[in-house]
Amino acid sequence: MAMLARLGLEPGEEDFYADQLSAILAHIDRLREVDTDAIEPTAQVVQVGSRLREDLPEPSLPQERALANAPETKDGFFVVKAIQESEP
Amino acid sequence: MELLEDRLGVIEREEPRIHAFLRLSEELARAQAEEADRRFSSDAQVGPLTGIPVAIKDVLCVEDVETTAGSQILRGFRPPYESTAVARLRAQGAVFLGMTNCDEFAMGSSTENSGYFPTRNPHDPSRVPGGSSGGSAAAVAAGEAVFGLGTDTGGSIRQPAALCGVVGMKPTYGRVSRYGLIAFASSLDQIGPFTRTVDDAALVLQAIAGWDRRDATSVDRPVDMLSSLERGVEGLRLGLPREYFEAEGMEPGVRAAVERAVLTLERAGAELVDVRLPHTDYGLAAYYIIAPAEASSNLARFDGVRYGARAESAGNLLETYLQTRRGGFGPEVRRRIMLGTYALSAGYYDAYYLKAQKVRTLIAQDFERAFESCDAIVSATSPVVAFPIGAKVADPLAMYVCDVLTLGGNLAGLPGVSIPCGTSEGLPVGLQVLAPQWADGMALRVARAYEAASNGS
Amino acid sequence: MGAEGGPAAGEWEAVIGMEVHAQLSTRSKMFCGCTTDYIGAPPNSTVCEVCLGMPGVLPVANAKAVEQVVRTALALECEISRHTKFDRKNYFYPDLPKGYQISQYDMPMARSGRLSLGDREIRITRVHLEEDTGRLVHAGDALETASESLVDLNRSGMPLMEIVSEPDLRSAEEARDYAVELRGILRAVGASEADMEKGQLRAEANVSVRPRGSQELGVKTELKNINSFRALHRAVAYEIERQVRELEGGGRVVQETRGWSESEQRTFSQRSKEFAQDYRYFPEPDLPPLELRPDWVERLRASLPELPGELRSRLAEQYALSAFDVEQLSQESATARLFEQTVAAGAPPKQAANWIIGNAPTLDAQRLAELIGLVVAGTINREQGVRVLEEAQASGRAPGAVVRELGLAQVSDEAQLGVVVERVIAENPRAAADFRSGKQQALGALLAGVKEATGGSANMRLAAELLRHRLIQ
Repeated sequence: MAMLARLGLEPGEEDFYADQLSAILAHIDRLREVDTDAIEPTAQVVQVGSRLREDLPEPSLPQERALANAPETKDGFFVVKAIQESEP
Repeated sequence: MELLEDRLGVIEREEPRIHAFLRLSEELARAQAEEADRRFSSDAQVGPLTGIPVAIKDVLCVEDVETTAGSQILRGFRPPYESTAVARLRAQGAVFLGMTNCDEFAMGSSTENSGYFPTRNPHDPSRVPGGSSGGSAAAVAAGEAVFGLGTDTGGSIRQPAALCGVVGMKPTYGRVSRYGLIAFASSLDQIGPFTRTVDDAALVLQAIAGWDRRDATSVDRPVDMLSSLERGVEGLRLGLPREYFEAEGMEPGVRAAVERAVLTLERAGAELVDVRLPHTDYGLAAYYIIAPAEASSNLARFDGVRYGARAESAGNLLETYLQTRRGGFGPEVRRRIMLGTYALSAGYYDAYYLKAQKVRTLIAQDFERAFESCDAIVSATSPVVAFPIGAKVADPLAMYVCDVLTLGGNLAGLPGVSIPCGTSEGLPVGLQVLAPQWADGMALRVARAYEAASNGS
Repeated sequence: MGAEGGPAAGEWEAVIGMEVHAQLSTRSKMFCGCTTDYIGAPPNSTVCEVCLGMPGVLPVANAKAVEQVVRTALALECEISRHTKFDRKNYFYPDLPKGYQISQYDMPMARSGRLSLGDREIRITRVHLEEDTGRLVHAGDALETASESLVDLNRSGMPLMEIVSEPDLRSAEEARDYAVELRGILRAVGASEADMEKGQLRAEANVSVRPRGSQELGVKTELKNINSFRALHRAVAYEIERQVRELEGGGRVVQETRGWSESEQRTFSQRSKEFAQDYRYFPEPDLPPLELRPDWVERLRASLPELPGELRSRLAEQYALSAFDVEQLSQESATARLFEQTVAAGAPPKQAANWIIGNAPTLDAQRLAELIGLVVAGTINREQGVRVLEEAQASGRAPGAVVRELGLAQVSDEAQLGVVVERVIAENPRAAADFRSGKQQALGALLAGVKEATGGSANMRLAAELLRHRLIQ
């Protein structure tokens, strides 16, 4: 689960979180008591109606502003380390 | 400018004690105060908020001002854009004091989960101010700021308002644009004010609310927070949900204070009505599935590539992700991301996320039914007064219980106000007023009436 | 290798489904106002905080994109969903700034359509709308060995339409034809320019084989990195043969993603799909569900232009053209339009088709018809016609004027031509004798002689007639 969320966990930590999560999940399991067969899930809590945007271009950020917060850039690109295709 | 200098003085005095602010923005504030002074002297566009110093929760992006969501992972982040709510305040001429402390990514009820340091309750610095918007609540309570902005996902404005003895309001979902609010739970988050008086809360909300074309979940409805404010509660029916009054862990002192407040409202002309919210018990579980699920997705963007902190010791991309996120996120955030990821994962989606959304419908229906027999619902905001720092951090579930009375309002998208209603053991108690969707004015009206009745003003 | 793309030899049948992504031709991106005109722009220069996935930003859907998807789906005879929504597809990759892609999962905009391919019908499973990812540039160009990669998010947030077919295709040829036809429809509808070289059309093929006659599906592989229609044909053909070879050799096909290598002309394994990604789909909370009202949908349907299939049928029927001609003329709607206008201006259909297909004229229909008229009337021959066309296009003058100015009117005077014919026969006794003794092709040499003698301005048809007449005497 931690890998799916890309959260690096140290070996000892796994147990710690597992315990806490179990307790929370046990509480959450109570939802099984509720009969929801005929109930629709809440799609949107308030009635909003379709909100679409007209197809008009707007100014983009200047490149420097877009890159300003990045830890590492090169020639206008963001830089990431070796990707390596092997699945985790 | 005098007002600003005055507040800066208070800040200087109070901060060592309560640590409400993560970062002050004095230079910006002075520039804005000067501008405000110019506006006043030239009779230009002047509004109720012109020149008024405000404390902004660290999850609301302020252009070119370091905004970190109370987290180490966004250390140094200066957004090249601004949240709409903040932009509207800026346009009104408000003065930005700085970014206030909060639980990391708004996840928490005590501000102890901040990635920086805890904030302390001005009434008793050994205790928490509540959370997640603890910093803004404390700043207003201590007089550092005239008003503050916070955000409320499960109670994060109302609960700290109650614990700090100030007014806090969460508007109807969709009232205030979420553009620029660093997202925690997209279907629950709302921005709202902390103030000393209900009038001020109405003024702030009036300024920041309204449709925003950059937020598809904001609704195009007229914003009128002021016209019914002073009408009082004569003839109004106030619902008292039994489940809320009998909530697990409710301190007797809190219950007593709230009951006194309710009687005050009755004396002011309100009719008290018993209502039932039968699915209240399941609200916590539904909330703790929906919110972490949405959060786990919202926080996936923090990978150290385009902004924020990045682990430098990593050798490849995967390591970068893992180490950056492990180092940058605190334990509560990681806990919720894992919970959320689990709730959405294959095989569990139906049992958890989908189920929780259905329970959510039931809870919303509970409120709809209750509002057929009353105009507003009143209860305690928090079942407990401010607890000592460190008392609940070790037990997440115990912390979550702080929100049982507030999260229903988020699940159902309702407007809610917390207003101080006395003390218990010397610590502030908050009265919560919930109103139907879009009846923000009603919630404020009832709160105002209580304020007037209890002050004799 | 020798793969021909036809159905796998004898005992095996190929089963192919296509997933095509088309970049919509809108002016702004799917969820923000950045321009879609990013080709050639410096990296990260057509981006904003929204398509960069910065904290606190929110998506707002492009109405035009929604419209283009519905119009395409209608052209594909799909059922348009009354209610549709966006979902988040969650996974980590540097070209995906939010850590999730806004796409559509269980309530796509359209379902259950079809595309006619010759006399076969290929079923369309669904059509949906999503956003594109950014682009990665790998140091050293190879993903596996790159020590670092560069990220350009200009493309992030571009509107993408995904069209998924049922596995109804049965050969590499069909797969290619399907993609070509789809492209034609997209261009006709105006939803996408669908240029594969520009990355506006991306095709992925799911390929499997099974024993002929079997109703069960074999294990499929997903082919990616296909950058042209020809590559599509080759990749699918290769993969079919590879799978057949594997199975006939007693091995098994592994369910996986395979990339096509243009340089090596083969597919190679990329990722094992046995460990499928868990995308943790859930409804996008930042975007309210959409209701596509039937009256709005009907208005769009009424506004659809003539589709390639309809055009082809009509051209064949109305003008009695050959299949080849129809095919050529219907490639582009502008070509078909020119043809029809030229015929309307008086040119015979067959001639109009020939001239347009053979010369790609830039002349307007009226003038083209005029030119064709001159050739048909015999005033100039075909070769002269080409010259007149070029001259008319270059100078902007009418064909008739050009003919006069160049003094090109064919020699069609029988008496005049007859004299030349006589002389050519006299000068080429052997060719004449050959023809008289039955060698038809000898006429060619004599015609060439007439052509030369008249400086190319002889009416060749008349010349041939006269030659024949004289020679048989």
